[in-house]
Amino acid sequence: MTTTQPRPAVEIRDLHKSFGPLEVLKGIDFEVGHGEVVCVIGPSGSGKSTLLRCVNLLEEPTAGKIWVDGVEVTDPDVEIDSVRRGIGMVFQSFNLFPHLTVLDNLTIAQRRVLRRGRAEAERIARDNLERVGLTDKAGAFPAQLSGGQQQRAAIARSLSMEPKLMLFDEPTSALDPELVGDVLTVMRKLAEDGMTMMVVTHEMAFARDVADRVVFMDGGVVVEQGPPREVLGAPQHERTRSFLSRVLDPTHVAQLGQPDQAPEPPEPPQLPADDRHNV
Amino acid sequence: MKLRRRQRERLSLWLQYLAFIAVIAVAIYAADWGRLREAFFRVDIIESMFPTIITVALRNTILYTLGAFAFGLVFGTILALMRLSRVAPYRWVATAYIELFRGLPALLVLFLVGYGIPIAFPEREIPGGVFGSIAIGLGLTAAAYMAETIRAGIQAVPKGQMEAARTLGMSHFTAMRTIVIPQAFRIVIPPLTNELILLTKDSSLAYVLGVTAQTIEVTKFGRDTLNDRVNATPLLVAGLAYLAITLPLSQVVRRLELRYAKAR
Repeated sequence: MTTTQPRPAVEIRDLHKSFGPLEVLKGIDFEVGHGEVVCVIGPSGSGKSTLLRCVNLLEEPTAGKIWVDGVEVTDPDVEIDSVRRGIGMVFQSFNLFPHLTVLDNLTIAQRRVLRRGRAEAERIARDNLERVGLTDKAGAFPAQLSGGQQQRAAIARSLSMEPKLMLFDEPTSALDPELVGDVLTVMRKLAEDGMTMMVVTHEMAFARDVADRVVFMDGGVVVEQGPPREVLGAPQHERTRSFLSRVLDPTHVAQLGQPDQAPEPPEPPQLPADDRHNV
Repeated sequence: MKLRRRQRERLSLWLQYLAFIAVIAVAIYAADWGRLREAFFRVDIIESMFPTIITVALRNTILYTLGAFAFGLVFGTILALMRLSRVAPYRWVATAYIELFRGLPALLVLFLVGYGIPIAFPEREIPGGVFGSIAIGLGLTAAAYMAETIRAGIQAVPKGQMEAARTLGMSHFTAMRTIVIPQAFRIVIPPLTNELILLTKDSSLAYVLGVTAQTIEVTKFGRDTLNDRVNATPLLVAGLAYLAITLPLSQVVRRLELRYAKAR
């Protein structure tokens, strides 16, 4: 780094991503400052999840560069495992390891990746379970937990690696409505503790109350971004306005009989079986 | 008089019971029990087979089976990982191996190992003698079947598991070993049990390697005794000896599956 200024937590320059002939990201420029909470919103298929998955290279960008904490993750020679250690990720479908207890879910990467001893790993795991309100579930298996508990355990699993950046990929979309609040509360606390967060979400209230900045994406580009009260309260672009009206007042739009302008996202092309586990 | 639905169903059920009992009764009545007992249940022959049937024959059958299963499981897992590898030659080799060894009779492979390897490497011996030859000979075939089973198991583990593990900073190898493969094996317990039971019975092919009194297994022991005594009783005893392995095995696996059920 030749710059004297500290680099942002995440820096994305002219990011493109295609799945076969389908271009999902069409040139994204984007930054997340240290300690900043950025919510990415937009219709299905707008590329927001793909953007998030490019940041820790779960998806390989087609073109463009990404830096996380000053390290270029798009460098072909990057030590991706060590970069990922500093980036927590929370998935829509939780992805807890079903064959391990909650405690083991939280300790396995600490022990295998960070080489922490059992006692230390368990102490850190229990601290994080307390943070998400699951102290009493350490010995349970994921299948014995509710969706909300599973997602909080997944957050605690990521936190146990002491990441500098947390990525949330629609963390509440698979939850029953009454369980959403617990997860959002945990995330809000995390934001208050100063965690740098990138959150792809449909929870507009969370974006409004917790985000430092809201980014609206549509059709593979960033349409508009700014403080929540501007983007959500007084959107400049027609596409943002129409999206917000559909999200915030769906029945009203239906009455107007407007055609749904956001088709379901095309499934990413099925990877050949051989590549399934070569992430 | 018209029967009501429940009466009709009860009548139909009773008729089926009756027919079933009738078939069995006829079979029991028609069979010549005296001759059957003479041919298959000579107590003196049964007594003469003990304790060798347990201490030598059954013990060897179990050892051969476990040896072949262990070899097949390790080799089969390696083949499965090769089939899923990014390295194209690995995939080609594994695919060719699986196609070849699934297509060959286990008897033939056992012959090739038992007689081919000593010819190819005259200076060396297969470690473990007959045991080693059988473990490798049957294991080579079993590995081909198990590789496909294990591959299917690995692919049945949701993609998000690998993603979550990689996101936590695990290498591909560590994620495979600690996250994906343990789940895959839970999925493939039933088909692998099948393979183990098939191997139990295939271990009777050991005779082609020329077993001795010490290395004899259940089927060969039964046939030898049959030839000595000119009586079929040993076959019954041998059959029961196999069931003494496979029936408890099914129970153990059922327990295992129950135990894993909550961790799925």
